[in-house]
Amino acid sequence: MVPILAFVAVFVFLLIHITPVDPAAIIAGDYATLDQIAAIRTQLKLDRPLLEQFTTWVSRLARADLGVSIFSQQPVARLIGQRLEPTLILALMATSMAVIIAVPLGVIAAYCGGGVFDRLVIGFSVLGFSTPIFLVGYFLVYVFALGLDWFPAQGYSPLSAGLGFCFRSLLLPALAVALLYVALITRVTRAVCIEVLNQDYVRTAQAKGLEPWVVLWRHVLPNAAVPIATVVGIGIAAMLGGVVVTETVFNVPGLGRLTADAIVRRDYPIIQGLMLLFTGIYVGVNLLIDLSYVFFDPRICY
Amino acid sequence: MSTNALSPPSVWGVGRRRLGKSGLLRLRPTILIAGTALLGIAILALLAPALLSDPRILDPIHRLEPPGASHVFGTDNLGRSVFVRTVYGTRVSLAIGLMVAFATTIVGVTIGLVAGFQRLLDGLIMRAMDGIMAIPGVLLAIALMSLFGSSLTNVVVAISVPEVPRMARLVRSTVLTLRELPFMEAAIATGSRLPRLLFRHLLPNVVAPVLVQATFVFASAMIVEAILSFLGAGTPPDVPSWGGMLAEARRFLQRAPWMIAFPGIALASLVLLVNLLGDALRDTLDPRLARQFRARHVQ
Repeated sequence: MVPILAFVAVFVFLLIHITPVDPAAIIAGDYATLDQIAAIRTQLKLDRPLLEQFTTWVSRLARADLGVSIFSQQPVARLIGQRLEPTLILALMATSMAVIIAVPLGVIAAYCGGGVFDRLVIGFSVLGFSTPIFLVGYFLVYVFALGLDWFPAQGYSPLSAGLGFCFRSLLLPALAVALLYVALITRVTRAVCIEVLNQDYVRTAQAKGLEPWVVLWRHVLPNAAVPIATVVGIGIAAMLGGVVVTETVFNVPGLGRLTADAIVRRDYPIIQGLMLLFTGIYVGVNLLIDLSYVFFDPRICY
Repeated sequence: MSTNALSPPSVWGVGRRRLGKSGLLRLRPTILIAGTALLGIAILALLAPALLSDPRILDPIHRLEPPGASHVFGTDNLGRSVFVRTVYGTRVSLAIGLMVAFATTIVGVTIGLVAGFQRLLDGLIMRAMDGIMAIPGVLLAIALMSLFGSSLTNVVVAISVPEVPRMARLVRSTVLTLRELPFMEAAIATGSRLPRLLFRHLLPNVVAPVLVQATFVFASAMIVEAILSFLGAGTPPDVPSWGGMLAEARRFLQRAPWMIAFPGIALASLVLLVNLLGDALRDTLDPRLARQFRARHVQ
């Protein structure tokens, strides 16, 4: 993990230097004056020697200093802190919804291997992979918010306004984010469970007269847990990308909105900070999942 | 964190499978149907300038008209035909999808072959690939776009960079398995030089998994392109793209849902077709590919 993070830090640092054109000019925009371009170059310290830039970058990174936004002149870390709450809740809701929906779907599809339900689940999963997240988002808004008026169409109620309101405002976005994730987890769960169902110990369990759900819950699921946990971890990268889009569709003032606004304002320090943050989350969660294998499979020890 | 947990090494794609074209089609009608449909869409997209009016024509009097006789898919907030713009959007999506698939294949296969054959470079290259893979793909593409500025070529580069490591990994793992096989030993023993080993013996054997992976890259590139254009970091605003259309339509969701429905459904159908083609190709070319595959192509 440490070499990966170190490489990511170097790679992200170098990104701004590998551009074929002057990055300061691109960030400043098409109508910038030479002075504005020079100001951005100074602010991003692009006029300093490469090695000096790199040491400053590493030492600031070590202090969790992500630089200063070009547009608002505020520290990026503070801007991220202000927007963290909705995104965190949205990501947690989407992940838990995805796992709660996908794992039973996959297990039951595997159990009915080849049957109608199995085919439906496979079809749904291919559809889930192919449907762009904004289409899902717009559809949910149109039907459940504008049509049926069950949920607010836009915006976000902070946690301080009450847990219920907060969940209600994020339920549709979380569903939209969860769809791709559900498709991914269902597919892998089904594939792994089919393999486990062919094992001798499952036949033994069935032969001694256990109820099907006991077989699935006690014998199949624990043995399929490690690959399922792995795919939940891999899916987080896709989910974080989905969050950015979904927050724009639903106007949720989270990190995704921050990204979208930063794109429009060409605020590279914010984009860079968010990229580092999301990478850190992704790598960190996957580390936790790797460690959780010990819990799922007693044969694994680190 | 062990990198192996992120993507388990695989042993498939081994051994050449001889498949004539007729064999492919006989085995999977899906390939025939999806392939024909895609070809039809591609031809329609190519011929769009000859068949349709300019997608930029403004007609403010007929703005936000629902689908009807004069405008099949209705008109948008500036009175432009949603049908014409949707067809033109196909051009952008297909072109970027194809170019990304092509670029990813060339670069990924080269890196994979080198890593699989040069043990000295292998560690270094694969750590670098792991590093790029650790960055969520959409965010990396956004960062690249905000540095490069918006143009068609830059979109292709920005989407390809996060896709390359998966392709490289796939080729490398296939090469590592292949080089242990007797036919490679025989080739080495008879004194084949490195270029001959690579191009005559290794390359034909990695074609099947690479082709399948390229199809999935194609599909995912079209979605990422739409996401980038949707967020304003994609194709230039004057090029009609589905992501851009969906972003413009945001404010008119209640008044003009057709502005979202048609480009959205077009994108979903095109991606679905390519995914179906990929699934069918995979099942035909190598049944062993079937498992675990999805996990590695989703970013």
